[in-house]
Amino acid sequence: MALKRPALEAQITNALSAAVIAGAAGALVLIAMIPTVAGLIREQLGASLSPTMASVASAAIGVGATVFLITQLPIFLIWLERKIAAHIQDRLGPMRVGWHGVLQSFADGLKLLFKEDIIVDGADRFLFKLAPFVTVMGAFAAFAVLPWGDGLVISNINIGLLYAIAITSFGAIGLLMAGWASNNKYALYGGMRSAAQMVSYEIPTAIIILTIVMQVGSLNLQDVVVAQQGGFGNFTNWFIFRLHFGFLPLNMIGFIVFFICGLAETNRNPFDIPEAESELVAGFHTEYSGMRFAMFFLAEYGAMFFVSALGAVLYLGGWSGPFVSGPISLFFKSLLLVFVQMWLRWTLPRLRVDQLMSLCWKYLIPICFVVLIGVAIAGVIGS
Amino acid sequence: MSTPTVYKDLEPDETYAFKPEDLEEDEMILNMGPQHPSTHGVLRIELKTDGEVVKDSRPHIGYLHRNFEKHAENIDYQGVIPFTDRMDYVGSMANSLSYAVAVEKLMGIELNERVQSIRVLVSELQRIASHLLAIGTYGMDIGAFTPFLHAFREREKILDLFEWLCGARLLYNYNWVGGVSHDLPEQWTDRTRVFLDEFAPVIEELDQLLSHNKIFTARTATVGIIPPELAVGYALTGPNLRGSGIKWDIRKEDPYCGYEKYEFDVPVGQGRYGPIGSCWDRYYVRVEEMRQSVRILRQALDVLPAEGDVHESVPKRVKPKAGEAYGRTEAPRGELGFYIVSDGSLVPMRVKGRSPCFVAMSIFHEIAKGEMIADMIAIIGSLDIVLGEIDR
Amino acid sequence: MSLDAAAVQQKIEEKFPGKVTSAELEVVDPFLVVDVSTIVEMCTFLRDEPELAFDMLHCHSAVDYLPPKAPEDARIELVLHLTSLKHRHWIVLKIMLPRENPKMPTLEGVWPTANWHEREAYDLFGIEFEGHSDFRRLLLPDDWPGYPLRKDWEWPDEWHGMAVKPTEKMAERAQKGEQIGVGPFD
Repeated sequence: MALKRPALEAQITNALSAAVIAGAAGALVLIAMIPTVAGLIREQLGASLSPTMASVASAAIGVGATVFLITQLPIFLIWLERKIAAHIQDRLGPMRVGWHGVLQSFADGLKLLFKEDIIVDGADRFLFKLAPFVTVMGAFAAFAVLPWGDGLVISNINIGLLYAIAITSFGAIGLLMAGWASNNKYALYGGMRSAAQMVSYEIPTAIIILTIVMQVGSLNLQDVVVAQQGGFGNFTNWFIFRLHFGFLPLNMIGFIVFFICGLAETNRNPFDIPEAESELVAGFHTEYSGMRFAMFFLAEYGAMFFVSALGAVLYLGGWSGPFVSGPISLFFKSLLLVFVQMWLRWTLPRLRVDQLMSLCWKYLIPICFVVLIGVAIAGVIGS
Repeated sequence: MSTPTVYKDLEPDETYAFKPEDLEEDEMILNMGPQHPSTHGVLRIELKTDGEVVKDSRPHIGYLHRNFEKHAENIDYQGVIPFTDRMDYVGSMANSLSYAVAVEKLMGIELNERVQSIRVLVSELQRIASHLLAIGTYGMDIGAFTPFLHAFREREKILDLFEWLCGARLLYNYNWVGGVSHDLPEQWTDRTRVFLDEFAPVIEELDQLLSHNKIFTARTATVGIIPPELAVGYALTGPNLRGSGIKWDIRKEDPYCGYEKYEFDVPVGQGRYGPIGSCWDRYYVRVEEMRQSVRILRQALDVLPAEGDVHESVPKRVKPKAGEAYGRTEAPRGELGFYIVSDGSLVPMRVKGRSPCFVAMSIFHEIAKGEMIADMIAIIGSLDIVLGEIDR
Repeated sequence: MSLDAAAVQQKIEEKFPGKVTSAELEVVDPFLVVDVSTIVEMCTFLRDEPELAFDMLHCHSAVDYLPPKAPEDARIELVLHLTSLKHRHWIVLKIMLPRENPKMPTLEGVWPTANWHEREAYDLFGIEFEGHSDFRRLLLPDDWPGYPLRKDWEWPDEWHGMAVKPTEKMAERAQKGEQIGVGPFD
């Protein structure tokens, strides 16, 4: 049943939709062309500036590009989630705001900007205002070590993986702050649950990352990607296909465990009890409205993308893709894992908090140790 | 004589049954307040929790109390039917059917075959629609959002059939004393058959997606166990009682509207994933009941006589002799009964609605002890309450 | 083995002679009027006796009789509908209570479901149940005036400042020049 629209409104909407879609396509093209563009920029900078200034300038450009990507990406991911949810649920999703709803996220962001900023009576004002920022920082600062291509990493530090895990733990502090500072029993429950959940699931994450580190021999994410290069079409050497200990595909198991822990770290269904809509109204962000709530949302989608990107780097070859290498390859692999996360959200029910804890401590951690021992033995036998 | 108006503004603490001074260390009083996404209506449950574990609970009802029984004493018998619709607004064909059965029992009215078959058709379609809502919202409460929408897609088809039949989607005023308000339109039976053919695979899909999902059974099959003696002591009926293993269905025990002619099974909880009487058993009884309803519907469509006036036995003025009667039917939520006392005039003297959700809510505090907060939602959803019926 | 009302009456009279005040067995739903003095023991007997086994109290209602032409018949009846799941028979018991200060012992020890039903009967009729574990109103607010389902209950004019009897109050306010019909409580 199509609604008849006034002509001017239709024209504006169509124009904006076209602009958004063109912008998205342009962004994809840009990502694909980043290696060549980066090479050109490096030459230019190396020619005109001193080496230190050149590296600072290139880092700055890298930071700018990454910040641009990770702030624009949640807009796209929110639209994608709504469309995926809708089609899984046998309906269409946003169709009205722009062509197939592409302007929906912009409209929602604009609406949230205009909402009244309510700070609850009795809330701890400083923590209440600080919590969204801490969560956003925990989600976004970790992108500094993500390698997008050969030499395309903002900060190529030797302890990249350690830094990544450490920064993602900041998210837990942010949620706890939000739950406590809201002066609301439901939010407190949400905050407590999220703290327990994220802290518990750090352990299997760290152990699985350790298995990869053992196979690579370094914590540097760029080295992890380089160790997976080669092989037919640059993909048979991926870690996920390697290391079959007897009949156990150890790395495959490790990938699945990593993915589950990633879901738990980002509070996604089936581990979304901190924001369990049907039990705790909205959990830790019950009292947040307007732009503060939007920041929690942003942080969630940013963390989702980061966890998927990390999984792609550790197991699916990072930027050295099947036949095509470069940022576009990492981008699409992360998007694939994000799609799987969204798919799981709309399919599975939610685990109860004690079942979640017992899953972590009684099942995942022993499996992690088995994988770790298997990798260690295989390493010793191999060498 | 009514007491003189003496009222005072209640202090906030007075609305709570648990007092803060009685709390032990680490305990907290939490309100699952009247506004909550999962309490299926305006229900307030006060919980005394120790961390995540609920030590005690106290439901407060009455937010939707409209006292239709008082209204019924001022309107004639036919005029009470819209009020009964609004009791259980999710399955309102069953409410008016129960009231009509009670008044017909009081007056001794016999119905012709066509009216009886139509009533069975409509009643079973309403049962399917009501169970779809119960199952869909239960899945959503547990966290699975998708079955809710699939169930509602099917429910829309049933509501379209009802709209075609009598003009209303939710509150029908369809079952009258002595008959029904509208006859079946042409091709309504064909469309119903088409719906049944489309619907049978959807139940299988729902089973695959939700019923046997490991997370769902882990959430529901060990929670909210109602032992059979407790269920009978609290006068539970319908799927709540059958989930505890007791085979008691008014359609078989006290048949009305010709139900004795139809062949169907009465599904009973069997404790497949946990102890008998768990939330999962009650939920699965509803899924199985939908399958049996499809069976009854196909039989009723075959048996429906082509001839018959639906207004044949509707009396011009409903004026029963002085007396009383209790009429009951198997509504989707249990045994819905109406106890009607007549003093020989056009207006009933007393209409008491015996609501199945009322007794289901009264058992809540017994089975919620020792469970976690997340289980409160699972238990409420499995009892399938509608606040309009609890509060009347 | 299903018993009819006459057989149930006989069994009760064997155990509790003289406590069945009257019986109507020829009507649509046969009922027995029983005395309130031994009601708890009688109900326990009805539940526990193997041949009766009335284990479900499936309807508990109160009815207010205030016949304008026969004031001596004024009473509140408490009607209990009992079912036996095992034997598939059912019976109706009635207890006659006076309209002033109706009191009777609680039946929640016999059938736990009576707990909420008795609270509702208190809420709407004012019947006091002695020995009830949680004796307070159920559906109406705690400070609602009177017992609404009684035949002689009068509508209060207002409750906490909200108009309960709308017509007169609205007319008064309209006369004072207030705009009525716009707020949520008009």
